[in-house]
Amino acid sequence: MKYPTISALALTAAMAASAASADQLNVVCSNEQTWCDLMAQNFKIDTGIDVAMVRKSTGEVLAQLRAEKGNPKVDVWWGGTGDPHIIAASEGLTTASGADVSGLLGWAQNMTEMTEGRAIGVHVGLLGFIYNSEVLAEKGLAAPACWRDLAKPDYKGEIQVANPNSSGTAYTELATLVQLFGEDEAFKVLAEIGANVNQYTKSGSAPVKATARGETTIGIGFMHDMVKLKKEGFPVELVAPCEGTGYELGAVSVVEGTPNLEAAKKWVEYVISAEGQSPGLEVGVYNIPSNPDAATDPDAPDMASIKLIDYDFATYGASDTRERLLARWETEVKNAGGAIEE
Amino acid sequence: MTRTATLWSLFGLAAFLMLPWYMTTGSLLSFDWVSDAPSRPALWQLGLGRWWLAGPGLALLAALVVGVLPMPPVARARAWVLSGAAGLALLAGQGLMILGAGPRLAILGEASQPGMGLGALVVALSLLFVLTTGISAMGRGRGDAFVTGLVGLIVALVGVFVFYPMAFILVQAFALKDGAGFGLSEFLPRFFATQTWSFACLTGGGYCGPAVNSLVLGILTGLGTTLLGLAFALVFSRTDFRAKKLLRVLTILPIITPPFVIGLALILLFGRSGTLTEFFAWAFGMEKTRWLYGFWGVWLAQMLSFTPIAFLVLIGVVEGISPSMEEASQTLDADRWQTFRRVSLPLMRPGLANAFLLGFIESLADFGNPLVLGGNFNVLSTEIYFAIVGTVADPAKAAILSMILLAMTLGAFVAQRRWLGKKSYATVTGKADNGQHASLNPGLKWTCYLTVLPWAAFTLMIYLLILFGSFVKLWGYNHSFTLEHYRNAFRIVMRNGVHFIGSAWDSYFSTLAIAAIAAPLTAAVGLATAYLLVRQSFFGKDAFEFSTMLSFAIPGTVIGVAYVMAFNFPPIELTGTAVILVLVFMFRNMPVGVRGGIAAMSQLDRSLDEASIMLGANSFTTLRRVILPLMGPAILAAMTYSFVRAITSVSAVIFLVSARHNLATNFIVGRVENNEYGIAIAYSVVLIVTMLLAILLLQAVIGRRRLRRTDRVAV
Repeated sequence: MKYPTISALALTAAMAASAASADQLNVVCSNEQTWCDLMAQNFKIDTGIDVAMVRKSTGEVLAQLRAEKGNPKVDVWWGGTGDPHIIAASEGLTTASGADVSGLLGWAQNMTEMTEGRAIGVHVGLLGFIYNSEVLAEKGLAAPACWRDLAKPDYKGEIQVANPNSSGTAYTELATLVQLFGEDEAFKVLAEIGANVNQYTKSGSAPVKATARGETTIGIGFMHDMVKLKKEGFPVELVAPCEGTGYELGAVSVVEGTPNLEAAKKWVEYVISAEGQSPGLEVGVYNIPSNPDAATDPDAPDMASIKLIDYDFATYGASDTRERLLARWETEVKNAGGAIEE
Repeated sequence: MTRTATLWSLFGLAAFLMLPWYMTTGSLLSFDWVSDAPSRPALWQLGLGRWWLAGPGLALLAALVVGVLPMPPVARARAWVLSGAAGLALLAGQGLMILGAGPRLAILGEASQPGMGLGALVVALSLLFVLTTGISAMGRGRGDAFVTGLVGLIVALVGVFVFYPMAFILVQAFALKDGAGFGLSEFLPRFFATQTWSFACLTGGGYCGPAVNSLVLGILTGLGTTLLGLAFALVFSRTDFRAKKLLRVLTILPIITPPFVIGLALILLFGRSGTLTEFFAWAFGMEKTRWLYGFWGVWLAQMLSFTPIAFLVLIGVVEGISPSMEEASQTLDADRWQTFRRVSLPLMRPGLANAFLLGFIESLADFGNPLVLGGNFNVLSTEIYFAIVGTVADPAKAAILSMILLAMTLGAFVAQRRWLGKKSYATVTGKADNGQHASLNPGLKWTCYLTVLPWAAFTLMIYLLILFGSFVKLWGYNHSFTLEHYRNAFRIVMRNGVHFIGSAWDSYFSTLAIAAIAAPLTAAVGLATAYLLVRQSFFGKDAFEFSTMLSFAIPGTVIGVAYVMAFNFPPIELTGTAVILVLVFMFRNMPVGVRGGIAAMSQLDRSLDEASIMLGANSFTTLRRVILPLMGPAILAAMTYSFVRAITSVSAVIFLVSARHNLATNFIVGRVENNEYGIAIAYSVVLIVTMLLAILLLQAVIGRRRLRRTDRVAV
């Protein structure tokens, strides 16, 4: 019994260790898997640097970076919503790459400035809602056009949105309404919408997907996800709220303490370049790239035609604001009814 | 005895002199001593100023000298215990005090060292076995060096790979806000917070707390899976049902299904726009509702997922019950119902108790089903996950909720022990034992059929639907046939050799390799533990038993984060390697091997061991030649289960997978999140087929045990 166990342990250890070799960039990616794979492939072809890539959600990456602080096992973190990138930057988990951002759009430069070069903007995703036209017609409801429409009692039990305690998307919605209507008014509207909500999902993209499949009538989420579903053939329509809407900033960060800083910098420069960002369309990435020269899709939402708020990432990304707003949401919105289980 | 201890001392000294002490970047077995400093053995490291490594070496030397010097046996045993314990303490002490890049304790100034490697591992094992040989030489464990060695090895493994990482997380439970140190002042109010324990959903209005939800769900899932599993096991072993092979496959399918897939299939059937929902609305004018999203949906998915586990535990037990007892009962004029009720059922108690315990714990730790179907029904496992990865990270909350979960497991464990009591359930004895299993009385038989057959049909339907989903363009909307999903995932180009260019190949190969390594190790550790628990008595056995169950009860997310925190720095630096994945699977799935092993071994009469020992065999030989051959089904179950779980588990590995060692489940979850159900399901189908083949192979290799009685059923 003893001898086989020891030799087996030694064997596994040897296998694992021999598989690990240096001169490779370790990237953790929070975008869609296909987009992660494509970017890694193109980067390898264009720069000759070998990339090992794994996909994890932003919350998981942040938790991992915190646990690995001081001895990180990944070099670069690319994609996903910007708030966790900003938190990582403020906690010193990431480091400035020194990449040149002067050619990027204004919001990407602002983000770089705000985080002292630690997080660089790579895309913008606009917040909106989606409805399933088949289910809406079946129920004989009018299509919503504004945030306040969602508060109408007609939509009781028809709306789905994520729980801001678990989802960055839903927190963006919460912060957007606060910036749009002022805090007290926003919570009033949210509570009214909350009365119509059938389920607070855990994942931010779940309401949009559920709408496409007719599991709910209306979903709140990011519009680039919605464009993709519509193109796939689901009976859905997109709505940019009439009062104006907020957005997320996707980012790329270099992990503090990486032994591969040079290659990491090359990765950052590549993902903010036009040739790096343009291929996104091949795999159905419809958010707005940070490089003005990158290709975009005519059906994708663009910032010029949609009324946008001036989203204050510094204030609403800060953890004390988050905790206060989330605590208020818990008492005034979640516990105020709604979430009807039919 | 002297020979064993001396051999281990020599073995350890050889490692001290020749094996690379530290984990090197190239390979564990790199002998490039000249240019690569970490790969040099400990003796050489001493010369580099790492004086603290001398301790373990001196302890080994002492043990060697003790074995050679003439001295009374008891004094020699004591000296071994002393040198082994001192060596281990010095080894662990230097590892914990002197760290690598980021020193946690800077008492020793500039001193630093990389993570321990092969040399350290062998030295530690040698010291451990010197210590345990000493203990047995003192007369403990019936003076059996093999038994004390096994106990020592398992205690050390569980200590290092369960308790050590868990300590990192549990300490967080006592952390005060804003880094103000540690204390109880915030722990107790948070542990008993009304938010967690609220019964509001029962009294009307509001939500129930996640602790209450988990508890109710766990009990109902545990009861449900045990009953269904029993019904399946009875149909298999006590009836002449014809399509047993088909049933067998159906009972295995759910365990080998990657997470989320059952949930997705249920949504497509019973969701508000699901196929069956639409049908009922059309046929009977029933209103389309969202009943699936909540308690009942999660329960249904868990019943589908975990019934097979109960079945696997129960089938071995039900088959193992001696027909002689049933025949004796019938000879005494009991009818078939009385025989079942008074003889067979009580003898199944260990199986029933273990099946319930597994179902309960699985339900508590389940993460995938509540995530997909939970709706507003929050359970502890998802709450813990989002306390770690949510918008506001709260490790203290995660740790406290984990402790609640642990407390529930402990409660179930104690309750199970009390219910089983101290009775004997041995039915496989060395005595001549032949006969036929009593068949079920008609009432019970038809109850079993009526439970099992619809359930089997339901399972079959779900799997046909899954298979269908992998071949259509857009599941639920566009049902035109396509092979695109398989092509994307598993494309192979044959040009200048074979190129695996599909996106899934990388994770597929590493998943299979890791699962194949982890499965036999898990089964070995699990069954060895079961052997100790059932057959040996030693000090602290109950605590030992519970400690081996711990890692199963803790939700995967917590284990994952704990492993990252514990094994990212020296002394044991494993993150980013495949070893950490193998280890997490071993210690997470070991309890199933333990439970199955205990259930099967309680049935083997002690007289078998005694006969073997009396004929001059030692306990190792007895284990190998007598007990193991009778444990076929339990070994098969443990191997199968750990292989399959290594392929299908998600929550524990999400933090541990790395770019070089990605796993299939992580790939599938990413695709599901991205709404690419087609490729996710195609990948799942390939995994299911792979696992089925592996199980068939295992069954062919291990085979069935022969009890010298035919498995026929009296009609």
